[in-house]
Amino acid sequence: MFGLSVHQWLFGILSFLSVLFSLMVVFSRSPVNSVLYLIMSFFSISGIYLLLDAQFLAVVNIVVYAGAIMVLFLFVIMLMNLNQDTEPQRTVLTKVLAGSIGGMFLLVLTGLLKNTESTDKTFYGTSTVGWIQSLGKVLFTEFLFPFEIITVLLLAAMAGAVMMGKKNIQ
Amino acid sequence: MEIVLLSIVLLPLLGSILNGIYGKNLSQSLVGYIASGSVGLSFVLSIVAFVHLQSVPGRILNAEYYRWIVSGMLDVPMGFWLDCLSSLYILVITGVGFLIHIYSIGYMHNDDGYSRYFSYLNLFVFFMLILVLGNSYVSMFVGWEGVGLCSYLLIGFWFKNQEYNNAAKKAFIMNRIGDLGFLLAMVFMFKNYGSLNYTDLLKPGVVTYSSTVTLIALLLFLGATGKSAQIPLYTWLPDAMAGPTPVSALIHAATMVTAGIYMVVRSNIFFSLSETSMAIVGTIGGITALWAAIIATLQFDIKKILAYSTVSQLGLMFLGLGAGAYSSSVFHVITHAFFKALLFLGAGSVIHAMGGEQDIRKMGGLNKKIPMTYYTMLIATIAISGIPPFSGFFSKDEILAHVYEHNKLLWLIGVVASMLTAFYMFRMLFLTFWGYFRGGSETYKHLHESPSVMTVPLIILAVLSAIGGLLGLPELLGAQNWISSYLDKVIVMKSYLGLSHNTEWILMGIAVAGALASIYFAYQLFVVNGMLPVNDEKELKWWQKIIYHKFYVDELYEAIVRQPIDFTGKVCYRFFDKIVLDGLVDGTGNTILFLGHWMRKIHIGNIAYYIMAMTLGIIILFILMR
Amino acid sequence: MINGIPIDYFILLSTVLFTIGAIGVMARRNSIVIFMCIELMLNAINILLVAFSTLHQNASGQVFVFFVMTVAAAEVSVGLAILTMIYRNIKSIDTNLLSNLKD
Repeated sequence: MFGLSVHQWLFGILSFLSVLFSLMVVFSRSPVNSVLYLIMSFFSISGIYLLLDAQFLAVVNIVVYAGAIMVLFLFVIMLMNLNQDTEPQRTVLTKVLAGSIGGMFLLVLTGLLKNTESTDKTFYGTSTVGWIQSLGKVLFTEFLFPFEIITVLLLAAMAGAVMMGKKNIQ
Repeated sequence: MEIVLLSIVLLPLLGSILNGIYGKNLSQSLVGYIASGSVGLSFVLSIVAFVHLQSVPGRILNAEYYRWIVSGMLDVPMGFWLDCLSSLYILVITGVGFLIHIYSIGYMHNDDGYSRYFSYLNLFVFFMLILVLGNSYVSMFVGWEGVGLCSYLLIGFWFKNQEYNNAAKKAFIMNRIGDLGFLLAMVFMFKNYGSLNYTDLLKPGVVTYSSTVTLIALLLFLGATGKSAQIPLYTWLPDAMAGPTPVSALIHAATMVTAGIYMVVRSNIFFSLSETSMAIVGTIGGITALWAAIIATLQFDIKKILAYSTVSQLGLMFLGLGAGAYSSSVFHVITHAFFKALLFLGAGSVIHAMGGEQDIRKMGGLNKKIPMTYYTMLIATIAISGIPPFSGFFSKDEILAHVYEHNKLLWLIGVVASMLTAFYMFRMLFLTFWGYFRGGSETYKHLHESPSVMTVPLIILAVLSAIGGLLGLPELLGAQNWISSYLDKVIVMKSYLGLSHNTEWILMGIAVAGALASIYFAYQLFVVNGMLPVNDEKELKWWQKIIYHKFYVDELYEAIVRQPIDFTGKVCYRFFDKIVLDGLVDGTGNTILFLGHWMRKIHIGNIAYYIMAMTLGIIILFILMR
Repeated sequence: MINGIPIDYFILLSTVLFTIGAIGVMARRNSIVIFMCIELMLNAINILLVAFSTLHQNASGQVFVFFVMTVAAAEVSVGLAILTMIYRNIKSIDTNLLSNLKD
């Protein structure tokens, strides 16, 4: 339709949604709303992953990010009762400054890409890289050492989080 | 033989170290035994070396132990060079040194720094032996510096007195000025001949005439003026009398001051090749001899008289060197060591008897009270005045004969200086030992002869002063001049006396007659007329005042050397150091402090602000990277 | 041909999401929201990595995404623990009150 394939339509909608939801994350008043919008944004990003034949990552994205991390956020908000509808706001000057600096950042980054003349395209359905078999193969041969280290990292994070959460200093 | 030479040099060092480290814990007599014993052993070994040398072909023994400096072309070994010249010198150094050590056991008996004294004295002998035995100019320089150091240590021995310290510093600094000449000479030697060893430089034919030879000779002589107290670097020697009297005997009469002569004789090839340098050496020697003799006539401190006498006699030796009479000067070095050491030790004995008094105006009539000292000093005084048959006559006469052949005017200066020598030495003798006692009655009761540990060396030295002339009896009297032929091997361009026998007799006669006349004149003045040195300066006539103030040389040096240096130093301190440098350094510090203070205001503590700044920075980086 | 999506679009998308996250960090005072915006930035990077991985048919990109997610998880847990402690200390999570670094 309109000279674009289904994939291109899908890509357009999904990207539009992700940007929209991200903006809502930044601009919404209450923190819980922000969390929910972020979850929606993750969903759309996972959709984009699917378009890129990265099935494993799409699912992992949902499970880990949306499922675990965001739930953690919600728990913290709920437990500490941080859900105020009104919260102290930054000054107008700060917000304008933030916006303008961000805008400049965007301009610079896109300007960097202006002169690149690449016509590479990604295709759907033909790549096998995102399959879990090939990922697993690479992960356990080439990236074995980082894989092991990551486990240590998780252990350290766990211990750190538990230790810091204790009430009495022991 | 290498072991023997090594032992000769190292025994005193061992004694010095032992006394230096453990001296406080040992008994006084043990310290004395160690010190004197080490030098005595060195003396015995020196005799062994001397005898052995006679059987070595060529009479040169070069004992190398170690390759010391190896750098590019420069190859300096560590070793000893025993030849005719150095064998004589080590005998004198260790022999006279041994006697002086024995004497010091008695003289320094009550001093607190007893072990320190002997440690320094041994160290001095060690360095002096290195100086004369070293087989390269670098070794000589090591010994040179070392004896300068020991001279400083011993002059300032009683360091609680600031004036003595100043005297020590003066000696050391003046030495250093001369050392600059020595160093420069070594530099030129190396540049021209590629080596500083005696093996390379003293080989016949290596050193030939060129303009640098004169330069080298003059620079070496500059070093010698510093060490041997000639004009213009002589003013430290009278002040050096601040040290203990045996020190003056050993260092400033018999050994260190003769190092300059040694150096010139060792380098005789350079001097003989250059007429200019010989002329300068002779002239300065002669003028110094006369100058010092004039000053000595009006001194009243017994040690100062002897100090100026030393300067004058050294001038005489350099006068001989300038005329090419190398062996005569060495002969005079040996005889001078005998009678000058004797004079100083005797003066020490007098001072000991007087309870520390050194002013001859307060002495008199001591011949009855301290007869041993008197008789030995009498012999020494006769010797130094050049009266036959004592040793001083033969050596001095030989020098004067050579000088007469060379330059009549210098000969005349030498003769006048010798006459003045006789005059002031007998003045000293008369005023000290004859007449009636002028000190207080308390001192009179205190007068006593020195213990035998002090008088026995005096006697030995007196005998040597008397018979020392046998070393170099001239052909005139039918004998063979032993020392002259012995040292022939060392001298490159020999100068034979070309005078007729008649001329020689006449010269001898003039010298002896002049000396006797001076003695008679002194006798008239001081014994018959009973003239005394003035107690107060105002009673002097104007020409006497100038002499009394030593021709104002010290004041001259103070004005033209020390004041400008002082002034420059003050300017540098007040202006450069305080204002420029401090301002620069402090200013930098203050600027940074100020900048830091100002820049700290950036840290607000607000996270968002930091992130904004970070982003801004990234943006700028990206823009710049384009 | 027409089916493929040019890589430029992915890059642009990633940039936009990243910038939005950056603005969020700078413009909000609530610490929790700032955290979430950091997660948003990380996700933008992930998109980029995956896109290039598919383009060049190289699995390293997706493996790296895997690691990024793991690290993000660890970071979130520790970060929220710290946040809890701060809340305990000053009873608020307003970043303006966290200015003890000020001179």
